[in-house]
Amino acid sequence: MRRTIELSVLSFILAFMIGIVAAACRVSPVPPLRWASATYIELVRNTPLLVLMFLMVFGLPSAGFTFSFYASAIIVLSVYTGTFVAETVRSGVNSVAKGQGEAARAVGLTFPQTLRLVVLPQALRTVVGPLGGIFIALLKNSGLAVVINVPELTAAANEVGTNTARFIPAFLGASVAYLMLTVPSGFFVTWLEHKVAIKR
Amino acid sequence: MTASFLGDELGPRGRRMTRIVSAISAVLLAAFLFVLLTRLGDKGQLDEAKWRPFTQWLVIKFFLEGLRFTIQLALVSMVGAMVIGTVMALARLARTRLVRWVATAYVEFFRGIPLVLLIFFCALGLPAYGVRLSLFWYVALGLIVYNSSVLGEIFRAGILSLDRGQTEAAYSLGMGYWQTMGLVVIPQAARRMIPAIVSQLVTLLKDTSLGSAIAFEELLRRAQINGEFFQNRLQSLVVASLIYIVVNFALSRLARRLEVRQRRKYKAGAIVVPGGGMDLAVLGAQADAAGGGGAI
Repeated sequence: MRRTIELSVLSFILAFMIGIVAAACRVSPVPPLRWASATYIELVRNTPLLVLMFLMVFGLPSAGFTFSFYASAIIVLSVYTGTFVAETVRSGVNSVAKGQGEAARAVGLTFPQTLRLVVLPQALRTVVGPLGGIFIALLKNSGLAVVINVPELTAAANEVGTNTARFIPAFLGASVAYLMLTVPSGFFVTWLEHKVAIKR
Repeated sequence: MTASFLGDELGPRGRRMTRIVSAISAVLLAAFLFVLLTRLGDKGQLDEAKWRPFTQWLVIKFFLEGLRFTIQLALVSMVGAMVIGTVMALARLARTRLVRWVATAYVEFFRGIPLVLLIFFCALGLPAYGVRLSLFWYVALGLIVYNSSVLGEIFRAGILSLDRGQTEAAYSLGMGYWQTMGLVVIPQAARRMIPAIVSQLVTLLKDTSLGSAIAFEELLRRAQINGEFFQNRLQSLVVASLIYIVVNFALSRLARRLEVRQRRKYKAGAIVVPGGGMDLAVLGAQADAAGGGGAI
């Protein structure tokens, strides 16, 4: 269970960073950046997470990079989740009133500055809710790390079940554990949403 | 895309900056791709031998059948989930507190656990209690149960997003609860929910790949089998992912187009599905989501 939390939190932080960068590229006026990030987002978003995991484990060594299972899991999870973060942040950016951008230009801020100081803070506050949802989904997706041998909660449930042949209690136990993670997270996110909500 | 970003046309200095950064990033990107491809080539991944199996009809058929199973799985699960989801949504909005409570418990429980776990549970736990089904149905069952809670929430959001005035008008005309629901509320709510449903279908398609974990022969599993047989794992996976990407991308486009058309035709926003592809997980707060916002 600890592994699950570790995996999820680390991946989320990474995904968050990747997502923001990708979102920034997506709306940037620089065409190659826009194209690159759009391709990345569409490619990764539309492939199942399992496929990505296997690609990572079977594919990358062939390309010359080898990582431990644990690191691979984190990388895949964050790359995958990063796409959703990017999409969400992008919608957040789009929802920030145009006047803000115009005002920033009028004051003389450059594009990166505008993003950093004006747009993103507002966009991020709007987007806290969906981001929380993404985190919770990540918690659940981390269960897939079992297919690349990371000792994670789902794997433990499987093991216990196979060893004792009492599957249903084992899975119920795991379910409860997951619920203990996801439900409070849900409450926390709603609370956070209210705290940072932009008063209109 | 127009030349104005974040609100304003870029001046001469802005344009120059843009050109410089474009050039630099283009070069970097090209370099990155080049390095990637040469490394793959070095390790023999671009060998013809590894890619040739895909020109054989048998192999292509193998993959396509996998795709067929995947789509079958998705459609069956979708229909099942929609039926149960509707029941759940209505139950959550019921007037009897007990019914509401049971439905809420169901929804929250199945949304909070990973789908993988659910599928393993079906495949390993059910036989222990004497329920034996084909692999297809294990996965389908898991998918149906899970998605019924997600769809239930979407439906509920859809129903709640409808203008109160509609129900009030219906009641004032003397319609009963079920009449109002059937003739007024649900038809309108259904229209709004279509993009979200299609979006969920995309997620559903991706989740069918979990069937591979219990050796159900859908697309991913077949890619794995193929890979081991021909010793071209990477290539098989790449082919499989391309198939997934094409199918899902098309579906997403469809969803987006439906949403735009909807907004224009009915002047009603669609239900926002946050995270577009990962499901709604914020408890209850989505119930009031209606219209506007970015189409994700």
